[in-house]
Parts: sequence; C-alpha cells; structure tokens
Amino acid sequence: MQIIQPHYHAIARTAQDYERMAMSGVAAVCEPAFWAGFDRRYPETFLDYFSQIADFEPTRAAQYGIRHYCWVAVNPKEAENPELTRDVLRAMPEFLEKPTCLGVGETGLHKSTRNEINSLQAHVELAMTHGQLVLIHTPHLSDKAHGTKTVLEVLAGLDIDRGRVWIDHVEEHTVKSVLDAGYWAGMTLYPVTKCTPRRAADILEKYGTERLLVNSSADWGPSDPFTLQECILEYRRRGHSLQEAVEVFHNNPCRFLGQNPKWDIAPIRIEAEECEPS
Amino acid sequence: MLTSRQVLDTYYLEARRDLLEIAALFDRYDAAVARDGEAAADESKLVLLRRALARLADPDPAPAPAGDRTSALLNLFAEI
Repeated sequence: MQIIQPHYHAIARTAQDYERMAMSGVAAVCEPAFWAGFDRRYPETFLDYFSQIADFEPTRAAQYGIRHYCWVAVNPKEAENPELTRDVLRAMPEFLEKPTCLGVGETGLHKSTRNEINSLQAHVELAMTHGQLVLIHTPHLSDKAHGTKTVLEVLAGLDIDRGRVWIDHVEEHTVKSVLDAGYWAGMTLYPVTKCTPRRAADILEKYGTERLLVNSSADWGPSDPFTLQECILEYRRRGHSLQEAVEVFHNNPCRFLGQNPKWDIAPIRIEAEECEPS
Repeated sequence: MLTSRQVLDTYYLEARRDLLEIAALFDRYDAAVARDGEAAADESKLVLLRRALARLADPDPAPAPAGDRTSALLNLFAEI
C-alpha cells in the first residue's frame, strides 16, 4: 500500500529507516523543523539546519525512492528566545522558496508562555503573508488540553484560511475542538507518550476520516516510524477496506499538502482489473 | 534496586499509556454495543477487567500478600 509519512524527523534517524519505509510502501516523508534536544544559540545554526532539511535530506531519501519535503520554523521551546526567533523569522522567506519546502512548521506551543504565543502569532502571520501552509505543534501530556485551547484562541484572532492549517498531536480530548473549528487535525503515534495506533484507529472510527492525518513523527527520543504501519494494520484488521486505508494514510496527506503546488503526489484510487476467463 | 521515587519516575508514563489503552478498550466496546444495538452475549471478560481495575484502585488491599497485586490479578483472570 502507498503511504505518506506526513511528520517525520529524518535528520534524527538512520538510512535504515528510509530503507525499511521504502520496503513498506512509504512514498514520501515530510520533515518539520523541530527542537534538537538543546537550545540553539545562534540564528545561523537554524539556517544551516533549514538547509540540511531542504537541500541535503531529499538526496538521502531519494536513494530509497522516497520523496522528502520539509517545513521551516522556530519550534515552541526555542521561541523562549525572542531575539533569536525574530532573526530566524526574518530569514525564513528564503527557505519558503525552496522547491521542497511546504510551509511554516512546526510552530505552536509547549508551555503556552507569552513568548511562545508571540512566536506562534508571528509564524502564522508570516505564513499567511507568503501564502504558506501552517503546521502547529500542541503540547505534550498534562499541558495538551490547555495548550490546544490556547492555540485555537490565538488562531481565532488571526486572519487565516483554516483549511490551510494543520494542528498536530491531537488526542481524544482535543481532536473534536480542532475539527469543529475547521482545521486539519493530526494524530502522532508514539510508543509511550502520545497517541497509540489502536487509539488512533478508534478516533478515525469515531470522527470519520475527513481532515484527519496520521503520522509517527519519529525523532531522536523513544519513537518508531513504524507505528504508522501498525495503525494501518489495526485499521485494516477492523474491516476497513484498502481504499478506506488509502484515503486516510495516503490521500488525506495529499489533499492537505497538495494545497501547496510543490506537492505533486495525487490521491489514488484502487481499481480491480476485470479478469477474462481463460 | 530502585528507590520509591525512581519507580514512579521510571514507570509512570508507561503505566499511563497502558491505562489509556484500557480506557480506549472500554470506549471501543461501548461504541460497538451502541452500533450493534446489543451487548456481547458473554460479558465475563469485561466484568473481570472491571474487577481487576477495582482491585488495583484499592490502596490497601487485603488479604493478598502485601504488594502482590499481580498474583491477585493472575488468580482473578484464571476464573475464565
């Protein structure tokens, strides 16, 4: 089955991930800019990082026949440094022009501080000014419900096209508010700290498949890109058809990401050929 | 051996994940009952899971040997 991995931090992973993803049907991965595990001190460090995910990483993925796209942003944790955030934002338009850059992300909230909120607003405004898609991170664990509510409040005050905004890491207690407000919602599958493959399948059954994305993120922490394939297996074993799975795990990413003309992978339809009797 | 604090810090998130999986199982069952219009003919597995959770929720269980909730649950699950 053809699969899109909409949120994947390739720079933290080995080539073996690419090889195995290719063997399991992954056609494309999308890499948002994120936290490196430590706070970077210089805007230039971000710019080199953006070059890595915009220029180098596509060449690594291409060796396995996988398309690689990226997003650029200052992540919420480092948004606590307003001066650095401002300097990086000033340089970001150059990267938004890169042929594989799909938009601004992942911006969002971590502890929902004033600096984070200011950064989120500035990122979304930059994205709208440049006609870009937006990928928004919501907080982990105990901060998630409050942080998601705050993200929605911040966005409500901005002039945006909600269909071009993807709010990620939703779980059972946050997905409805995101969908009801007209945004795309992403479920991130982690072995321990976020949604699990079974719970994601439950959410798909409860809320339907419209404007829902599933990803496994996979970064330098405890994570596994193949939780996405686990979810596909769980979804299929519950009796959902191959085409229904394709709609969720391939076509929905194509529909959202295809709003950026750089994304040229089209939704697919499975059709059976008529067999003539021999 | 781990200190009491280390035990909580080490295993809290995994236990949280496992409890969420159990909660999701109960939600999944209720959704299926609502969809099908009827409960499973035999709900004994569901009843056992609820009894197990009630056993775990008791901070001062008796008469099982102190701390051995695992044996108590294994004996409980042996009923079916």
